[in-house]
Amino acid sequence: MTTALIQKDHQAADLDVARIREDFPILGRQIHGKPLVYLDNAATTQKPNAVIDRITRYYTHENSNVHRGVHHLSEVATAAYEGARGTVKRFINAGSEKEIVFVRGTTEGINLVASSFGRTNVKAGDEILISAIEHHSNIVPWQMLCQERGATLRIIPVNDAGELLMDQVRAMLNERTRLLAVGHASNALGTINPIREIIELAHANGTTVLIDGAQGVPHLEVDVQDLDCDFYAFSSHKVYGPTGIGVLYGKEALLEAMPPYQGGGDMILSVSFDKTTYNALPYKFEAGTPDIAGVVGLAAALDYVSALGLPSIAAHEHDLLLYATEQLEEIDGLRIIGTARHKASVISFVLEGVHPHDIGTILDQEGIAVRTGHHCAQPVMMRFNVPATGRASFGLYNTRDEVDALVRGLERVIEVFR
Amino acid sequence: MSDLRELYQQVILDHNRNPRNFHELPAATRKVEGYNPLCGDHYTIYLDLDGETIRDVAFVGSGCAISKASASVMSSMVKGKSRDEADALFERFHRLVTGDSSLSADELGKLAAFSGVSEFPARVKCASLAWHTLHTALAGAENVVSTE
Ligand SMILES: Cc1ncc(COP(=O)(O)O)c(C=O)c1O
Repeated sequence: MTTALIQKDHQAADLDVARIREDFPILGRQIHGKPLVYLDNAATTQKPNAVIDRITRYYTHENSNVHRGVHHLSEVATAAYEGARGTVKRFINAGSEKEIVFVRGTTEGINLVASSFGRTNVKAGDEILISAIEHHSNIVPWQMLCQERGATLRIIPVNDAGELLMDQVRAMLNERTRLLAVGHASNALGTINPIREIIELAHANGTTVLIDGAQGVPHLEVDVQDLDCDFYAFSSHKVYGPTGIGVLYGKEALLEAMPPYQGGGDMILSVSFDKTTYNALPYKFEAGTPDIAGVVGLAAALDYVSALGLPSIAAHEHDLLLYATEQLEEIDGLRIIGTARHKASVISFVLEGVHPHDIGTILDQEGIAVRTGHHCAQPVMMRFNVPATGRASFGLYNTRDEVDALVRGLERVIEVFR
Repeated sequence: MSDLRELYQQVILDHNRNPRNFHELPAATRKVEGYNPLCGDHYTIYLDLDGETIRDVAFVGSGCAISKASASVMSSMVKGKSRDEADALFERFHRLVTGDSSLSADELGKLAAFSGVSEFPARVKCASLAWHTLHTALAGAENVVSTE
């Protein structure tokens, strides 16, 4: 309820970015004597004081193990941990807290589904469908599963703008397609995939759908019930929360039917050497002492984002995307890779005659952090026939001034190389 | 900025733009690939060995300016040299890019162009890729070298 109440209207101007920047202590840093211009948000985001302080408060006042002790601190820690589950549930509008499984991140969420759902539901001859623009973490677990089960991994192609070919989605779905796994948004190109339509098509075909939401949750409002996706995985660290923690959402009926992923403490009701009874959802999938501080930090991050309002954040980031696209296109010899109509605030680019790695080093000397390389998406690089790209990705605290700094930095790169 | 000019010295920019010995070598007796998965730098180095002497050396591939210039400078330095001389150069190069500043200009020769690299730890692997690949080729192994 509270999150809905504090959400504001959708104007970019809503965000008081100058004030917001004060919430992020690291943004005050100098790098090589220049103010930090952090444009690597698709890799990981910076953390606001609200998150840093929450974690400190947890360790200072609340630290204890969860679900175990009868003593006061254990109750406090358990309440914080389970309260955070409620925050996540509301943030993505899941139907029940049983559907929120805490994992290490998107990668572990996908591996959990590949391992647990995959091993029980995917047989020899079956097919798994992914797209040509997936992150390695939404490719390799399925390759491993296919290899193990004798199933086939099929790849939805993209057009030159980096958009999925929807008629291919329709054509490739068939009676053997057990699972379809696609990203909500591409970290390498920025493409926002039409996941609602994809989910509908898959479900009409009786195919289960996993959404890799690593680049969705930070930028887009997600309502898993409205989307009707079966699984949705995301990472805390890309949405202003701590590293090492993430969420797998799964529909209760599906999770209920799946075997545990890992065995250990917390995921059991009773253990004897003859028979072990597994715990109820979501604990069945949370073996061992969890990252309690990470979970409470994640909840603080989601509260922070909710208070600003995702529509306002999205509008601000969209403004930066348009402005940066316009400015970068002015640069002689610069080519943007990924020109989908619907994009998250990610711009991949190449500069004629200069390798991205050299761009990264020169920009770094100007205090500008961008990612260079294959962005854990080597098949994307192959599809667009580039060895690597430079990538600027914007978050809620970035400004047009920082886009200007990037442009000046790139001009500096050209100066060094010409 | 001075740091940047130290890294991207004219010699490096020139070798990046016009790499020497940048072609395949049909007569090669050894051929080894070098790969840096972090940045995607990928080169194939060809050696034509005549006993203990490197009769000819060439390379193809792609990567950043530092890695390409390094491969180019290396090829022009080791051509006609003995294995031992090439290994000694490799050793000097390694010392240079890992921050040993005790080498004289004489000892370094053209390698001096890479004196700025040690200030950029993330780029040491780029600079070293071709040399590691050469080292493997001289040692007689036919495989892919990775600097990760
Ligand atoms: C689209 C996408 N999927 C998956 C991941 C993997 O996330 P993590 O490394 O947090 O598990 C990332 C992060 O790089 C990503 O951008």
